[in-house]
Amino acid sequence: MTAATPSFQRARRARSVIPGFGLTMGFTLFYLSLIVLIPLAGVFFKSSQLGWDGFWHVVTHPRVLAALKLSFGAALIGALINAVFGTLVAWVFVRYRFFGKRFFDAVIDLPFALPTAVAGIALTALYSGNGWVGQFLEPLGIKVAYTPLGVILACTFIGLPFVVRTVQPVLEEAEKELEEAAASLGANRLQTIVRVILPTILPAILTGFTLAFARAAGEYGSIIFIAGNMPMVSEIAPLLIIIKLEEFDYAGASAVAVAMLGLSLFLLLLINGLQVWSRRRHGQKT
Amino acid sequence: MNIQIRGIHKVFANFPALDGVNLDIESGELIALLGPSGSGKTTLLRTIAGLEFPDEGAILFGGEDIANRPVRERGVGFVFQHYALFKHMTVAENIAFGLDVRKDRPSKEAIRKRVNELLELVQLSGLDKRYPTQLSGGQRQRVALARALAIEPKVLLLDEPFGALDAKVRKDLRRWLRELHDKTGYTTIFVTHDQEEALELADRVVVMNRGRIEQVGNNQQVYEQPATPFVFDFLGSVNILPGEVKNRELRFDGSDDVWDSESQETGLVDIYVRPHDLQIVDSQAPGLDATVTLVQRAGALIRISATLATSGERIELELSHLDTLARSRQPGDAIRVAPITFGLFPRAPHRRPTTLPDVVPNAPAENRERAR
Amino acid sequence: MTADASLQDPPALPPQFRPEGPLVHRNAAISEPAWVQRILITLALLFLLGFLLLPLISVFAEALRNGWVTYKDALVEPDAIAAIKLTLLVAALAVPLNLVFGVAAAWAITKFEFRGKSVLISLIDLPFSVSPVVAGVIYIMIFGRHGWAGPWLDENDIKIVFAVPGIVLATVFVTFPFVARELIPLMHEQGTDNEQAALTLGASGWKTFWHVTLPSIKWALLYGVLLCSARAMGEFGAVSVVSGHIRGQTNTMPLHVEILYNEYQFAGAFAVASILALFALVTLALKSYLEWRHGDELAATRRH
Repeated sequence: MTAATPSFQRARRARSVIPGFGLTMGFTLFYLSLIVLIPLAGVFFKSSQLGWDGFWHVVTHPRVLAALKLSFGAALIGALINAVFGTLVAWVFVRYRFFGKRFFDAVIDLPFALPTAVAGIALTALYSGNGWVGQFLEPLGIKVAYTPLGVILACTFIGLPFVVRTVQPVLEEAEKELEEAAASLGANRLQTIVRVILPTILPAILTGFTLAFARAAGEYGSIIFIAGNMPMVSEIAPLLIIIKLEEFDYAGASAVAVAMLGLSLFLLLLINGLQVWSRRRHGQKT
Repeated sequence: MNIQIRGIHKVFANFPALDGVNLDIESGELIALLGPSGSGKTTLLRTIAGLEFPDEGAILFGGEDIANRPVRERGVGFVFQHYALFKHMTVAENIAFGLDVRKDRPSKEAIRKRVNELLELVQLSGLDKRYPTQLSGGQRQRVALARALAIEPKVLLLDEPFGALDAKVRKDLRRWLRELHDKTGYTTIFVTHDQEEALELADRVVVMNRGRIEQVGNNQQVYEQPATPFVFDFLGSVNILPGEVKNRELRFDGSDDVWDSESQETGLVDIYVRPHDLQIVDSQAPGLDATVTLVQRAGALIRISATLATSGERIELELSHLDTLARSRQPGDAIRVAPITFGLFPRAPHRRPTTLPDVVPNAPAENRERAR
Repeated sequence: MTADASLQDPPALPPQFRPEGPLVHRNAAISEPAWVQRILITLALLFLLGFLLLPLISVFAEALRNGWVTYKDALVEPDAIAAIKLTLLVAALAVPLNLVFGVAAAWAITKFEFRGKSVLISLIDLPFSVSPVVAGVIYIMIFGRHGWAGPWLDENDIKIVFAVPGIVLATVFVTFPFVARELIPLMHEQGTDNEQAALTLGASGWKTFWHVTLPSIKWALLYGVLLCSARAMGEFGAVSVVSGHIRGQTNTMPLHVEILYNEYQFAGAFAVASILALFALVTLALKSYLEWRHGDELAATRRH
């Protein structure tokens, strides 16, 4: 009996033979706390100095509301555009062969690699009244630069890779047999795409959509140049935070920051939820 | 629906997957396409289904050439090796899919009725609301079958239908599929690399190798009268011994005894003898002298490995435990061995192939014969 | 002497079935007609062209609009050189920090079982979903004049915000998950068998990591470092908040671009931007090369 007890305990603690847990885990937690957790807690603490009423007063101010609405609304529209075109791009790159495919495939990641400020001034130059694209849109009465439309444009630009890169691998792995089965059962191509392929890649599209949305909602660099930054019209929430900082309204800035953080966290939870849902729905692979 | 296949050629990136295939299938037959991997059996099945298109040749369903018809117009029921069930649809939705996508879609009620009939047929009643991931392998297999049957196919095609199942389930399903075929009477073609499965289940077996058909026949024909060295080797084990035919007489290399041969040909041959077609004879009878190297008892069988005295070739024998001459043999014993039946094929350039012989395609039937 | 079907000459093909050329080559079951393919390809490429390539090209076009001399002058100007130096310095500090963290976190997460693992992974990913501006703000709240540590820092004459340390901190924050993210899925896939084998052969923990683990993750590590560096050099929002925009001192390249742009020195702004765009192109090329050459040694996921 006495001999059995220690070995039983060892089994329960599931000790690993691999060394370094204490060191790596300790460093991970220390660094994570120092860089991310404590500073994030700080901003919550700062905004809590306002009290709930103060906080509510700041974030429901018309200018703040308009800014939040623009940031999240434009991000939503941009993500929707990306959900459609990103899926199309992923489809074309997985299924078809054409000249320059490898080159264009690399280019898709440009919004990840290109500094946002560079993207911002480039988009502005392109779409302003005398820009390469803008000069053709202006006569049609479409003003892109310095309007909410420009914000949507920038949101679409930075969100594009998210949808493509989440849908692409799923499409690549999708069993061709499913489509063959649908065809052998008499489904035409459109029926196969709508009823068999889309449901298979829908979780990936949703995940990519949410990632693109989350990224675009917090975006600053690529938007401020093209937005024009008119209060109540084309002023985004991150810019408003900076403005409040420059006015030394730290509490106000942190309140808006907290509002944005809350929305972003909500999105993060949504992503995780979607992934759990799709895993449960499609279960283990057959 | 009878099926005629004429001169099908198909090349995949310089690899000839199908190299001139001709085959006639009668209405209501259950046919096995049997061969090693890369033999073209799955390509042939997919070509019949319309999932691949041949470079050359014709496929006739009831006399009508359908080689240019897309798969969805062919009315074939195809059961995929890994079933290809739609994971986001329930069992019932999977089975109803083929009816649901029709231009002349039946009423909801009619579809539900048909689905229930099929569920009953494949013995899955009550599982209609499940998702494919909630089923066992054998159940998924039957859902795939029901889904294929739902469109009332002209022909039922199954790609390695039991490949992904474990041995016990496989045996049960095999018997069940045979019963189902007898009940429904669909012309059915299935692909397998398992000779036992092909021989047990099919009316006729089509043995394929390197994109060609080696032999077509019922299970007795392909096993007992293999048309080519490949079929001999692929269906069961075989001893290959060198010999020579002259004046309708066969002589094993290094032996003075002769056996009658019906062959008109003269020249060097490979003699194909199955281990159970060899027997031990007494020392005066015509035969080959050999030394026993290994004796294994497997149930009612005695397996003896021996070395031929003349050429040093290693041979295998399978004998009944009732055989008095076979009993109580020990390694080192001298025995005399004689073939009961054998097949003769022209001497291949490389004797004793390690795996599969270099096949003389469609070897003339005269080269195969039975002694005595 | 059995006459098998296959051994007889097949019946001759009726003339109407004798094909004149190859039949359909494509697999019609799972592909679209050629014209649909062409339309979809054109649509996708136009979208990429308009949204991605055109902005990139315009950067270089605008930079060279006033000629090569103006371009060169904008780059050799002292403030520009200071910005380039600062950008490289910040990246050189931030990337190694996150590299060490990424390896440590991936080791702890993939080689051991513990409770709260998924929470830890989510927390590591957290900076991705925080707006860069908010990332800057949180450091102002702590180290700024009105922040927690502000008064103490003032007394001891330590400058963090509106100085280089603040810029490094903000950059570390926004590039925090890059390395860990590339390593965790890969090391998870690889399991612990190799490490256990090395340990049974008498290797120390450190030796095991150095000779067994590191070689098997080196490409993924490089990939993560590449993405991390690209983001570190290009970060704008977070750095903008903590920098204070002091020319020649706390201006990184992206901030320098902004200042020039807002002063209507477009050619100069685009000249500096073109250097950043060049970095981006090199990053993309290296990234594609890694994916192409060592794709199987990177993690299956290519999401960032």
